[in-house]
Amino acid sequence: MTEQTIVNIGPSHPSTHGVCRVIVTLDGETVVHAEPVIGHLHRGIEKMAENRTYLQVVPLTDRLDYVGSMYANWAYCRSVERLAGIRVPERAEYIRVIVCELQRIASHMMGIGSTGADTGATSAFMYTFAQRDHVVELFEALCGARLTYNYVRPGGVSMDLPDGWVEQCRAFTAQHPPVMMEIDRLLFGNVIARARLKGVGVLTPEDAVGWGTSGPVARGSGVDWDLRRDDPYSVYPRFDFQIPLGEIGDCYDRARVRLWECVESCKIINQALDQIEPGSVHAEGLPRLLAPRPGDAYDHIESARGSLGVYLVSDGSPRPYRMKVRSPAFCNLAVLPLLAEGHTLSDLIVIIGSLDPVFGEVDR
Amino acid sequence: MTLLWGFLWGVAGMTVIAVGAILGVWWERKVAARIQMRYGPQQIGPFGSLQMIADVPKLLFKEDIIPDSADKPIFKYAPLFVFGPIAVSMVVIPFSAGWAPLNTSVGVLFFLAVPSIEVIAILLSAWASHNTLSTLGGIRATAQMISYEVPRSLAVLAIVLLAGSLRPLDVVDAWRWWWLPLTFIAFLIYFIASIAEMNRGPFDIPEAESELVAGYFADYSGMRWASFMMAEYGGMISASLFGAALFLGAGWPFTGALGVVALIVKTIALMTIVMWVKWTLPRLRQDHLMSFCWKVLTPLALVQLVIVGVVLPWL
Repeated sequence: MTEQTIVNIGPSHPSTHGVCRVIVTLDGETVVHAEPVIGHLHRGIEKMAENRTYLQVVPLTDRLDYVGSMYANWAYCRSVERLAGIRVPERAEYIRVIVCELQRIASHMMGIGSTGADTGATSAFMYTFAQRDHVVELFEALCGARLTYNYVRPGGVSMDLPDGWVEQCRAFTAQHPPVMMEIDRLLFGNVIARARLKGVGVLTPEDAVGWGTSGPVARGSGVDWDLRRDDPYSVYPRFDFQIPLGEIGDCYDRARVRLWECVESCKIINQALDQIEPGSVHAEGLPRLLAPRPGDAYDHIESARGSLGVYLVSDGSPRPYRMKVRSPAFCNLAVLPLLAEGHTLSDLIVIIGSLDPVFGEVDR
Repeated sequence: MTLLWGFLWGVAGMTVIAVGAILGVWWERKVAARIQMRYGPQQIGPFGSLQMIADVPKLLFKEDIIPDSADKPIFKYAPLFVFGPIAVSMVVIPFSAGWAPLNTSVGVLFFLAVPSIEVIAILLSAWASHNTLSTLGGIRATAQMISYEVPRSLAVLAIVLLAGSLRPLDVVDAWRWWWLPLTFIAFLIYFIASIAEMNRGPFDIPEAESELVAGYFADYSGMRWASFMMAEYGGMISASLFGAALFLGAGWPFTGALGVVALIVKTIALMTIVMWVKWTLPRLRQDHLMSFCWKVLTPLALVQLVIVGVVLPWL
């Protein structure tokens, strides 16, 4: 037993995925304790929502998970729709599914790429970012924004698909799975990467459930839970897709689950593009100023990080009385001390990356 | 007189490394860009070749930040001793058959021993920075560089055994093309161990950008930082030159001026492979690195020595 050192990783560090600060107690190179410190990106979004009308909150939700803005848009809008009893046109539901599956790919490209970057394979990061850029360009054609879309609105989506968009989207989903296979060989087939990722940060299925993790983190541990299938919402029951699962819940499984989810997302997008029919993309006859009856509503969707829920309370005024976000990234980050203990400092970085936290959502 | 020559060759070695580093950085950025589907520098000069000419003044004029808590004299002068030994070691490299700047009978030993001083300088700079990440980087670098000396020296020993001399020029003279298949394992070990010696990917554990920010030189800036980078490129240049000279037959199959060109081409090819490896592979972990050194490279180097020893009486 040597003298323990305390190393401060972050909040400004090349691989803490935003502003994560981890206070690490080291015995040599071995992590004795890792304590994540959150709150560096706290903007009080939930409180800010109380002073805005229901429509004005949508751009705020963009800033929650800035790697996957569409999800927060959608989760919030579903809660508002449930609260105000709004029926969404079918075409809008299809568009929501398409953009959110694209968003899942974009978000996972960031996650897989940073798994590479954390282990030092910066080229893999560039390859996945090229894929992410295709998605972001599709979103730019759709709504003009590349990061904060403000696209999904209560009652539908802000505008219809532009001309030629469906073909662009099909071209993307056609070229994406082969690239993923290439990434699979380049990154996950590599001897060094396997040595770095396999057996590192094992999360048991019991812990995964007990700590409230969801999304690829839980599924990497073999917990077969996906809201798209287990609590079906929107038009998801009409699609045929698989839920990729990991085996032992190490960093390798978590990263690999993300990779296969991207391939499955392409399948969903293709089916949605086949089934979508012309029509309205926004509910008719909505008042300019939404003022739902007093009451509360909670709805959740499967975001790229897990179960993303939004709880809304209305007191009958045009502004939400209270908004609470159930953030999957927050719950997933909570297992970090559990996973990091006993591993080396190098592994800690990989473990943070495999949890894929986005601090906009953790801190809100 | 000897002192004057020594001084002149030292200056020449530093110049070669400085120019080589400038060109090397440009070349590496181009290679990395090609691997990562980018363009790399392309605005300044043809193919961005003057980019580094623009970057050097930038480094010269940058503020030289010294942390308050640093041990100032050591912090200031340690970078010199990182860069110096590499430059000095250049003098024994046989640039063509019959010509090395310093023709000494212990040249091979000199080349293996002198750059090792770098380890002390790295540990000093890491310790003097008074920064946990730097200290960790320094400790990692020390363990790694000392360990990889062993397989590297054993690999070179195979060639020395064949040539029967520690004088690099004698090795170049004695070299025959069929040595290449015979000592190929030694060449591979030398190449891998050299990458580890110069702290480059996939062995850039002491720097480990994603873990230790920049490791032992995290607190350095401006020209002091540049001397670490020059040491890295200097190590790459000298190790590639030495490897090409000893294992790949220096100027073979040419002699004279054409032989020097051949040596430079081989060196650039080796350096390109070093860059290619760095930009493709993930980084190893410290314990994997050590077990790879002691459980794979060192026994393999010994096997190579035995092979050479068995073949030797029949030559």
